[in-house]
Amino acid sequence: MHKVYHRIEQIAGNVIVVSAEAIIYGELAQVESGFGTSLAQVIRLEGTRVYLQVFAGGRGVATDSKVRFLGRTMQIPFSDNLMGRVFTGSGVPRDKGPEITENQIPIGGPSVNPAKRIIPRNMVRTGIPMIDVFNTLVESQKLPIFSVAGEPYNELLARIALQAEVDVIVLGGMGLKHDDYLFFRDYLEENGALSRSVLYVHTASDPTVECMLVPDIALATAEQFALQNKRVLVLLTDMTNFADAMKEVAITMEQIPSNRGYPGDLYSQLAARYEKAVDFEGSGSITILAVTTMPGDDVTHPVPDNTGYITEGQFYLKNGRIEPFGSLSRLKQQVNGKTRDDHRTIMDTMIQLYSSYKETLEKQSMGFRMSGWDTKLLKYGERFEKEMMALSVNIPLEAALDLGWQILADCFEPQETGISSKLTEQFWPSKA
Amino acid sequence: MNLGKIVGVNGNLLTVEFEKPVIQNEVGFARLGEVTLKAEVIRIRNRHAELQVFEDTTGLKVGDQVEFTGALLSVELGPGLLTQVFDGLQNPLPALAEECGFFLQRGKYLKPLPRDAKWVFTPLVKEGDTVAAGDAVGQVPEGIFDHKIMVPFRLHGRLTVKFVAGAGEFTVEDTVAVVIDDKGREHEVKLMQVWPVKIPIKCYAERLRPTEPLATSQRIVDTFFPVARGGTYCIPGPFGAGKTVLQQITSRHADVDIVVIAACGERAGEVVETLREFPELTDPKTGKSLMERTLIICNTSSMPVAAREASVYTAVTISEYYRQMGLDVLLLADSTSRWAQALREMSGRLEEIPGEEAFPAYLESVIAAFYERGGVVRLHNGETGSVTIGGTVSPAGGNFEEPVTQGTLKVVGAFHGLSRARSDARRYPAIDPLESWSKYKSVVDEEELVQARRFLREGSEVGQMMKVVGEEGTSIEDFMVYLKGEYIDSVYLQQNAFNDVDAATPVVRQKHVFGFIARLLKTTLKFEDKDAARGFFHKLTQATRDWNQHEFESDEFKKQEEQLDRQIAEVTDYA
Repeated sequence: MHKVYHRIEQIAGNVIVVSAEAIIYGELAQVESGFGTSLAQVIRLEGTRVYLQVFAGGRGVATDSKVRFLGRTMQIPFSDNLMGRVFTGSGVPRDKGPEITENQIPIGGPSVNPAKRIIPRNMVRTGIPMIDVFNTLVESQKLPIFSVAGEPYNELLARIALQAEVDVIVLGGMGLKHDDYLFFRDYLEENGALSRSVLYVHTASDPTVECMLVPDIALATAEQFALQNKRVLVLLTDMTNFADAMKEVAITMEQIPSNRGYPGDLYSQLAARYEKAVDFEGSGSITILAVTTMPGDDVTHPVPDNTGYITEGQFYLKNGRIEPFGSLSRLKQQVNGKTRDDHRTIMDTMIQLYSSYKETLEKQSMGFRMSGWDTKLLKYGERFEKEMMALSVNIPLEAALDLGWQILADCFEPQETGISSKLTEQFWPSKA
Repeated sequence: MNLGKIVGVNGNLLTVEFEKPVIQNEVGFARLGEVTLKAEVIRIRNRHAELQVFEDTTGLKVGDQVEFTGALLSVELGPGLLTQVFDGLQNPLPALAEECGFFLQRGKYLKPLPRDAKWVFTPLVKEGDTVAAGDAVGQVPEGIFDHKIMVPFRLHGRLTVKFVAGAGEFTVEDTVAVVIDDKGREHEVKLMQVWPVKIPIKCYAERLRPTEPLATSQRIVDTFFPVARGGTYCIPGPFGAGKTVLQQITSRHADVDIVVIAACGERAGEVVETLREFPELTDPKTGKSLMERTLIICNTSSMPVAAREASVYTAVTISEYYRQMGLDVLLLADSTSRWAQALREMSGRLEEIPGEEAFPAYLESVIAAFYERGGVVRLHNGETGSVTIGGTVSPAGGNFEEPVTQGTLKVVGAFHGLSRARSDARRYPAIDPLESWSKYKSVVDEEELVQARRFLREGSEVGQMMKVVGEEGTSIEDFMVYLKGEYIDSVYLQQNAFNDVDAATPVVRQKHVFGFIARLLKTTLKFEDKDAARGFFHKLTQATRDWNQHEFESDEFKKQEEQLDRQIAEVTDYA
């Protein structure tokens, strides 16, 4: 019943053009070539000329390949059967499980009405002191991890996913190395979390267009779970690959690039995805943790730069640690006043002292004489880095706060820390 | 009915073939089954009009109909605007939420002003009076204000009142007066009128020079980089430097009648904070909820881009409307860069020849035209009203050498540049005291201000030098300049937004405290060595910060001041 077209007028990159009538904007089509069948989506209408983006790419498409329009826009199935499954960027099973076709939902749906949002108020515990104590993650927050290639960001992501108290984990992998994909799958499986996870994975060798679909599919699924009163954590890695895929497609479409080749709507495109993070009043929530690799460790690169303007803070992962300087959770004030009385004080004091430690290190490297205070700071800094900052540390918030007091007590006198006497009387560990 | 036919769809840009005449910038509705999608004509070429659609265009096809309305993109102006939360096209968001639930549904347009609300009308003119466009024929109470009902702005010349309703209750669509123009045509005056957003309202006698300071209660702003009533200013800064927080603080404490917040392409969460917190906060000026003087236009980053472009115009038009009643309005736009990016996206789709960083070549003139809509004006009845515009700019990479920042700097009267270095050092508000400037008059003495600026500048120079030559290589005189500069910075420029008292410093207090600091700057202090000097300033800084946190003119405040004076007297060199 669907019309089939045989004459492809133009093939450029991943975009093909056919002459067709009564085609709707955003419609899906199947393109059959000698190398298999791929989905394609209408991205432009110009009179009878229909521009289609072929998910599997233009390679192998012949001028007489069959194009069959499906009469519907992009949809993905949604059901509880998704749990524990792995799909590609276009929603096809990547594992050996059966195809799911029930309950089709549209992707890239409308934005949440700001009048229906609420101020976030629940902390997400991760067991990582650098997050829990110093830059608390909050339910419905959107936070990127800024990092250079080679840092263990995927390991960090997987660990947070495992330890965060959420109901559902949705992983969107973009341009993942195949090893990384296997790492995520095996890690979640070994730790028994795969049964509450859904994985949408685009690997580096898959077609570029599918990379662009991953965030939308992952977030559409997350939204459905959240509306069923579930707390959902969405992991996106790596958003720079997503942006690069957009760049690639935009350039093929001969769009005018704005900054380092990225399309002018990079900000809007990223925002449309990140803003899906939400706490539905009276229902579930979506929290987004994303990895943004910074080419050349340059935070002013368009992708991290635009991301920073959108997200509610960022974690800097550097030398295998979450840097206390530069990392920021904009929502931490909403929750860290309610955890324990000493939370904010420990947070501020330990960072200030660590900053003094860094200054002392500089002085030391320049060959200045070390004072008694400097020696104390050096001792403190080393312990702070080893016992708090190391990613291997895995303790609950309360234990981390206690540890903080212990480190302070081992290195300083109470009045040297600048903490009010009310708190030191209550929390300062007695010398054993 | 003027119908057109879609011949092309590219993102949110439609190409439409038309038969009857169409108007540049007129509104059209694309029909998609049951729903219609609002769009605006942005270019006409031969028989083809190009329209930007304010919604997602998925589902449209070639041959679908577009209905042209013959009207430009307009807003409804009338009682009931205040306390509202609108999207960029003036859709009331709370009402939309009631009808559609969690998500914004496309093609759903609600009336901005409630049609069933009754307003108590009091006439201010009588039959036979002569009036002009923008003159009040009556008023209705709207919250804490007398909302003037004005002769439609679109009318020209002198008009005679033929009929005016007596005191009574009316809805926004009821006619409360009829006026006759010089050609004998009759025009109805209703409680509400409609006005195209991209055309400034100019029903005033003359535009005046902005001279009177607008107090924001931020010391660094009012004293060092003041804003004038009816003036314009911009706040550029990298992400995380505190642009939005500064805007939020200003929206709370600014000494104006009405605050219009245009959340343009920024995070939804930030609007939610205003939305949920403002009704709880009291306005110290009126004792009523802050929300009563506030209006929010909210087109956050994930909402349709074309509506984002419209949102700043919607906001400024509403601001001009209230100015016309003789009120002082502050428009805070956050962020104008997102608006400029919306222009860039559209320009790209239109395949226009790009300017710098792919922004359209007309970017600067568009920015200039927007800021020029601010201003203080004398109305026909002798009263004055003002629209002050403050816009944030989010420059890519925090680099001010980019088209939006540069285009804005050319047209504004004050520049509050936020710096990453200051926000990293937790020196809030992170306005850079050396780079920022203002062309308006400060609330404090000009000479003392010049002196303070000199200390800030020279102090920073000494600080730079000390990094190279060390403290040993710095003379004690230079070191004193450095310490005094640092002192101004830490006790006056920095302000603690979380402390109830320190968060807002009224002008009288600013004059008092700044006078104290100016005296200290003039005083020659004597110390044994640099360590003693440093120790003294550490203590003085701490004590002054405590002083900042005492209620003005309270006993503690006075006691603390005496103690500060004593501290200084102890080290003063009277020789």
